[in-house]
Amino acid sequence: MSFAKLTASTLAIAAASATAASARDQVQVAGSSTVLPYASIVAEAFGENFDFPTPVVESGGSSAGLKRFCEGVGENTIDIANASRKIKSSEVDACAAAGVTDIVEVRIGYDGIVFASQIDGPDFSAFEPIDIFNALGAKVVVDGALVDNPYNQWAEFNAALPAADIAAFIPGTKHGTREVFEDKVLLAGCEAAGAFDLYLEAAEGDDEKARKKAAEKACISVRTDGRSVDIDGDYTETLASISSNTDGIGIFGLAFYENNTDTLKVATMSGVLPSTETIASGAYPVSRPLYFYIKKAHIGVIPGLKEFAEFFVADEIAGPDGPLSEYGLVADPELAATQAAVAAEDVLTN
Amino acid sequence: MTDASLAGTPEPRATSSILTVDDRTRKRNAAEARFRAYGIAAIAVGLVFLVVLVSSILFKGAGAFQQSFITLNVDLQEAKLDKSGTRDIEAIKKVTTFGYNPLIDDALARAIADAGAENPFTKGKDLRKMISSGAAADIRDHVIAHPEQIGETVAFKLLASSRVDGYLKGRVTRDSLARDKNLTPAHLDLVDALQTAGLVTKSFNLDFITGADASESRPEQAGIGVSMLGSFYMMLVVLACALPIGVAASIYLEEFAPQNRFTDLIEVNIANLAAVPSIVFGILGLAVFIQFAHLPQSAPLVGGLVLTLMTLPTIIISTRASLKSVPPSIREAALGIGASNMQMVFHHVLPLAMPGILTGTIIGLAQALGETAPLLLIGMVGYIASNYPDGLIEGFMAPNSAMPAQIYEWAKRADPAYYERAWGGIIILLLFLMSMNIIAIILRRRFERRW
Repeated sequence: MSFAKLTASTLAIAAASATAASARDQVQVAGSSTVLPYASIVAEAFGENFDFPTPVVESGGSSAGLKRFCEGVGENTIDIANASRKIKSSEVDACAAAGVTDIVEVRIGYDGIVFASQIDGPDFSAFEPIDIFNALGAKVVVDGALVDNPYNQWAEFNAALPAADIAAFIPGTKHGTREVFEDKVLLAGCEAAGAFDLYLEAAEGDDEKARKKAAEKACISVRTDGRSVDIDGDYTETLASISSNTDGIGIFGLAFYENNTDTLKVATMSGVLPSTETIASGAYPVSRPLYFYIKKAHIGVIPGLKEFAEFFVADEIAGPDGPLSEYGLVADPELAATQAAVAAEDVLTN
Repeated sequence: MTDASLAGTPEPRATSSILTVDDRTRKRNAAEARFRAYGIAAIAVGLVFLVVLVSSILFKGAGAFQQSFITLNVDLQEAKLDKSGTRDIEAIKKVTTFGYNPLIDDALARAIADAGAENPFTKGKDLRKMISSGAAADIRDHVIAHPEQIGETVAFKLLASSRVDGYLKGRVTRDSLARDKNLTPAHLDLVDALQTAGLVTKSFNLDFITGADASESRPEQAGIGVSMLGSFYMMLVVLACALPIGVAASIYLEEFAPQNRFTDLIEVNIANLAAVPSIVFGILGLAVFIQFAHLPQSAPLVGGLVLTLMTLPTIIISTRASLKSVPPSIREAALGIGASNMQMVFHHVLPLAMPGILTGTIIGLAQALGETAPLLLIGMVGYIASNYPDGLIEGFMAPNSAMPAQIYEWAKRADPAYYERAWGGIIILLLFLMSMNIIAIILRRRFERRW
């Protein structure tokens, strides 16, 4: 019995002292699964080169990360949220309501979104936004009128595309990638197909602005008959779906594609092949900036937070020759301005 | 008694004998034979699945236990590492890992020249893709630990990059590299030359078992050791919380509690709790332990508490079953010679029920060890298991992952080399689960009493 007593009291003492020593000493990061690889590379290098412990990076999606970021200020909330899109004003308001008022926005670079398919599948080698819209839009234009999407095969609306069944795996709505896909592909395709104008005519609303918004919303609605599948998980889930479906088309980040060139082949968009160079020059149309957001109230409280943020955007990390661009990030040409903003802790103004 | 019966010959009776098989018996026998065949087929299907599963795990995961290394003689130039020449450790620490990369480039170029191969790369950065990006950190750590060796040439056994490792394991081929931007077939020619020179070797990868997680760009460096510690601390918490609570609850319910509607309700609810999906406990843990009680995120303490909730019903049910199996005669004999109820329970019933309780506890722990879903919600999945905990308190409170969560995380990552790691992790996790189950069986065999 005495051994049991000893163990019990040791554990009790450990538990008591654990609650006393509560100060957190590593930076905690969560958010976009697109930014996660970059953040983990920086965190690892940070742990190697500084005396601070290696920061902890979790994923979960941009929206989920920002939601956790906005839970409040304090040691049991995260310090940095990664996002593959800009923070929304509604999220800034939610943050402010929970007491998170000063937010530092940091843009780390750009990421391309690519359309890829099985390497020995049908010959999907060139897309235009209008093709994607015709394949995936809830309604498409046939003979000058909007009808429910009737297409089952790509060749039905564009003879240049293979006669393969339409099966697309697109990121779910909690991913920042989805928003870029909607804005830069679906909406662009919608306008090119003339569906936007038709939607605008049919739209109801008090003023021009509201009607336009309604038309945009209608443009980005995706067909729900099972030909387009939302993937809520990571790119590996999309890859698995594509591997089991010869006709499947998936949406990936450029870095993920470049790590899996042995199983995937990429299609051009508007005639441009995605690569770090074409994205940096702006020639490849589907790209988006990547961000992280710092809780300013935690700077000075959580050791190493500011050093980590500065290290993240340093030339040797996020610059064109750094490990991040080696992994697939397109370096930001305005990195120097970002570095200055981080050093000065410039907060978002809303 | 009637005439008829006396006069006529008796009617022929239905001839049936147990020695001759009639139609109905044949039917029944056939049904039994069919049923046996179904049973054997079911077992065979199960065995086939088991064999396929285990062999595919072993086949895919075995690679993780081997790693390729490149041995290089690195010239630790004083001009680069310690400009002042004072061997001041703070000044040496100022040189970041990026400052060590040129040294690796030099050493690699020299090794290739010594091996008699042609170096087609003009940029050191391209050549260096053969070596893990973690190599610079290894050399830096060595220099900081041994500053006196600056200026000397030291032999380092550096990790090869994941693509080179994949080439030596047959996962990466020249064809698959044709469109790869991380490595080119020209690199593989150099690897072949270095291998002939004996500088590229494959050896057992202890770091996979003891090491920390690595970032996406260097799967060759990732190990499961830190998350193993995370699992260990979580199991300590589960053991320390679930065993006393579970045993106390079941002793009270089994030996002392009155039989009424209220205890019936509790019993039904315990049985129901055992069937609740584990993700529900994760949500509960997030709400209660992190958002309400303000315990730190990603901490094994919180993970352990959540898994305690999940394990409790298992332990209570098995403990009650083993208390029930102690015959009433033991209780009556103890009470008959004047023991109090409590003495009866603790001196006689509990020791006899102990093997069953321990078995149930170990099975419950094994179940908790393999659980991932609740850990997703309390922040234990991600790039987390990167620091060894510093002492007991850190072990409970510092962010860490757990073995199944680490495997899940690896399976998600982009580089195909992480896929191999995930299978390797599964092998280690299965070994743990198997040994826990074997311990449970041994305990039961050795100490169980039958009446």
